[in-house]
Amino acid sequence: MSDAESPSSFDPTAQSFEPVSVFPDAEDMDLRPGADNCYKCTACDTSCPVAEVDDEFPGPKFQGPEQWRLKRKSDEAVDDSIMSCSNCMRCDNACPSSVPLSQMHNTARAEYVDEEMDKLSREYLRNRTLANYRTLASVGSKVPRLTNFVMGNSIVQKINEKILGITAEREFPDFATETFRQWWNKRGGPKVRSEEKRVAYFHGCYSNYNTPEVGKGMVRVFESFGYEVVVPKQGCSGTPMFANGMLADAKREAGITVDNFSGLIDEGYDVIASCTSCSMSLKQEYPELFSMDGIEDLSIHTYEAMEYLRIHEDLEGAIADASVEEQAFAYHAPCHARNQGLDRQAVELFRDLDGVVIEDVGDSCSGISGTYGWKEEKYETSMKIGEEMFGHMEHSTGNVGMTECPTCSMQMEHGTGYDIKHPLQLLEEALVE
Amino acid sequence: MAIEEDVIVIGGGIAGSIAALSAADTGAQVRLVTHKKSTLRHASGLIDVLGYTDGESGPVHDPFTSLDGLPEEHPYSLVGESAIRGGLEIFDTVTDGAYSGAHTDQNALVTTSGGAIKPTARYPTSAAAGLVSDDRSMLIVGFRSLTDFNGELVADHLAAAGVPFEVNGAEIEVPGNYRADARVTRIANALDLNKDLSYNGRTLPAREAFAEAIKPHLGTADRVGVPALLGDDHADDVRADLERSLGVAVFEIPMGPPSYPGLRLEDLLFDALDDAGVRISDGNPAVGYETAADGDTLESITIDRRGREIPYHAEQFILATGGLVGKGINSDRNGVYEPVFNCYVPHSDDRYQWFSEDAFGEHPFATFGVPIDEHCQPLTAEGKTEFSNLRAAGGVIGGVDPTAEKSKSGVSLATGYAAGREAGEAI
Repeated sequence: MSDAESPSSFDPTAQSFEPVSVFPDAEDMDLRPGADNCYKCTACDTSCPVAEVDDEFPGPKFQGPEQWRLKRKSDEAVDDSIMSCSNCMRCDNACPSSVPLSQMHNTARAEYVDEEMDKLSREYLRNRTLANYRTLASVGSKVPRLTNFVMGNSIVQKINEKILGITAEREFPDFATETFRQWWNKRGGPKVRSEEKRVAYFHGCYSNYNTPEVGKGMVRVFESFGYEVVVPKQGCSGTPMFANGMLADAKREAGITVDNFSGLIDEGYDVIASCTSCSMSLKQEYPELFSMDGIEDLSIHTYEAMEYLRIHEDLEGAIADASVEEQAFAYHAPCHARNQGLDRQAVELFRDLDGVVIEDVGDSCSGISGTYGWKEEKYETSMKIGEEMFGHMEHSTGNVGMTECPTCSMQMEHGTGYDIKHPLQLLEEALVE
Repeated sequence: MAIEEDVIVIGGGIAGSIAALSAADTGAQVRLVTHKKSTLRHASGLIDVLGYTDGESGPVHDPFTSLDGLPEEHPYSLVGESAIRGGLEIFDTVTDGAYSGAHTDQNALVTTSGGAIKPTARYPTSAAAGLVSDDRSMLIVGFRSLTDFNGELVADHLAAAGVPFEVNGAEIEVPGNYRADARVTRIANALDLNKDLSYNGRTLPAREAFAEAIKPHLGTADRVGVPALLGDDHADDVRADLERSLGVAVFEIPMGPPSYPGLRLEDLLFDALDDAGVRISDGNPAVGYETAADGDTLESITIDRRGREIPYHAEQFILATGGLVGKGINSDRNGVYEPVFNCYVPHSDDRYQWFSEDAFGEHPFATFGVPIDEHCQPLTAEGKTEFSNLRAAGGVIGGVDPTAEKSKSGVSLATGYAAGREAGEAI
């Protein structure tokens, strides 16, 4: 009976009434939290890039709240379409009722992988391999030239496709001959020391193994503003693991991050990341999916690198006084940047940088969504989603792409042949002598 | 101070967008902050100014001649006719070509998805051929899998309302193979891109397939109404192609969520904001504020970026967060409140007095919102301004039941215009 029917028997101020405590916490693989806030307006479905191109994909409303309702009726297994969700998280930003859709999708996906997926299947092994990219990269980057040669070989690519189900359509990203961490150690660590202004850098896998120039640029820009930068030991942010339903792997990595960064936060360091999926993971997915000491604290102290400067320094003023050689960019905002409210930051700032023309190529998803577009069976969907962005890039004035996300940048390059830069590289060019 | 503007507008719906454009028009540097996607996705996309008043029995013919009869605390009485006209002027500029109705002060009578007739000041051009003041015969087509819209029902309701033309309804299968839960978005997308669909054993481009499916029901109709799902980015082309194939006028009837007319209007407003140099920050909510030592002047609002509370500074602020649906006004067991500035919201202490026993009666909750003065400044219970540099616009303003009098968009336009202009001029 609702309290509206017998208002006198219910005391809303009673201390003993704790509605939240009857539900298990998020780690128990329950889709419940937030499901009842869904009033089926379908704003999430209109924002889903996969549903837009794949008529078979039931959309985020089904994957989250509706799946929960179905499971309430009888213990239905999680539908296999959950594996077609790319974890772009756009539905979170769309929902006017703040239903935690991506959290529900992450939990549903983990339950599906745990309970429905054959652990000896090609799909599981392939997904596990892709999700643990860092492990691959750390081996491959020991002998970068050899790895680049082998992975660039079309026969190897065919074998990858046939045996592992990794598409042969894509070029593997080259490993840098010197990783960011090797450079950092050779450099002797921080060049600036400060008691007040200090940040700990979460470089993630990609700017360590593949694009160390992004990390180097980040360090130089922050040091030019007087920040002490430290680079703690770290693993993967967990993003590719969430996206593949490998929550145990993600939890292991989250533990490593929390262990290595928590102490620094106590010493006054904030955490910054140059990859928007890494910052998204630390900010949102960690506290949504895991409970461990210090994880909330890590979450509220994490920032995307340029976001941090925009908040704490007069970056706008510094940019207005700077100039660079003439160049034009086609900027794409990654979905995970969008979800942190950072999608307009680069264009807003660089619009006022002398020498630069920068144009936003629209609000569509790039389509690659991390490991998603690397899967043989998802490649076509991924490219269909990307079509709109490719078209806008080609129509824009810029002939160089710009984005914060490593895999978006792979997709932009793959679809247009453009070189792609990270905003921090342009910031370095503008602000560092 | 890192993030600093002249004017900050909180809210990305009609009121917030118009307020930002109106402020930018004065030369101010404006930032619009918005949390989730706006309620335009739920809205019909129709722009009503005033459809019904207490004093008049039928629909209002001309909103402007009915303004005098409104109570003095009504937002229109406070901001005046010039603000309504100012808001409409911005709207007409932004939607040039996409909307009709600017040629007259009089209300147009537009068909709704329930078969009702709505007096409205501006309507999407795609709905123009469906006005009920026009006496051409009409066919209303519904699609069987879309349970929110029934062509026969709409036609029956229109006929029962005594429209001056013959109207028939039809329910047809949607061309193409869809999942059982085929949604509006899939159909709109297929038409937008003119995808190949299977129809009657043949494969046809979507627009042709839809025309083929409608043709057998056409009869002597001079115009065909369909639910508003005729494409997204290429909606004009979709309609033109259908009209060419059918040889009669085709119009859209606005529907509930997801509302394509609402989505298209959102795109137009955001493009206009970009063109006007308004900075936009979306994805994070405004959760609080800081004042100067006087406690009366706002210095910044606080934006919650996933747990990090970041101040956004400005000289002037506009609250355009919407009403109960948009969550600009919220409630719990203890009361009704405005969540960002905790502005005063008049309401009974007894929550059983918030609604009427009669479902279609006069519900107090429908008028919940902040009271304002003639400068759109929110007022305290004592009638003083809440903050010297805060204004309100749109659904967050109370004292009026905009759903009953059909003035929701008009109040947003008028107060958005007035609040934006005054904030910009105060810089």
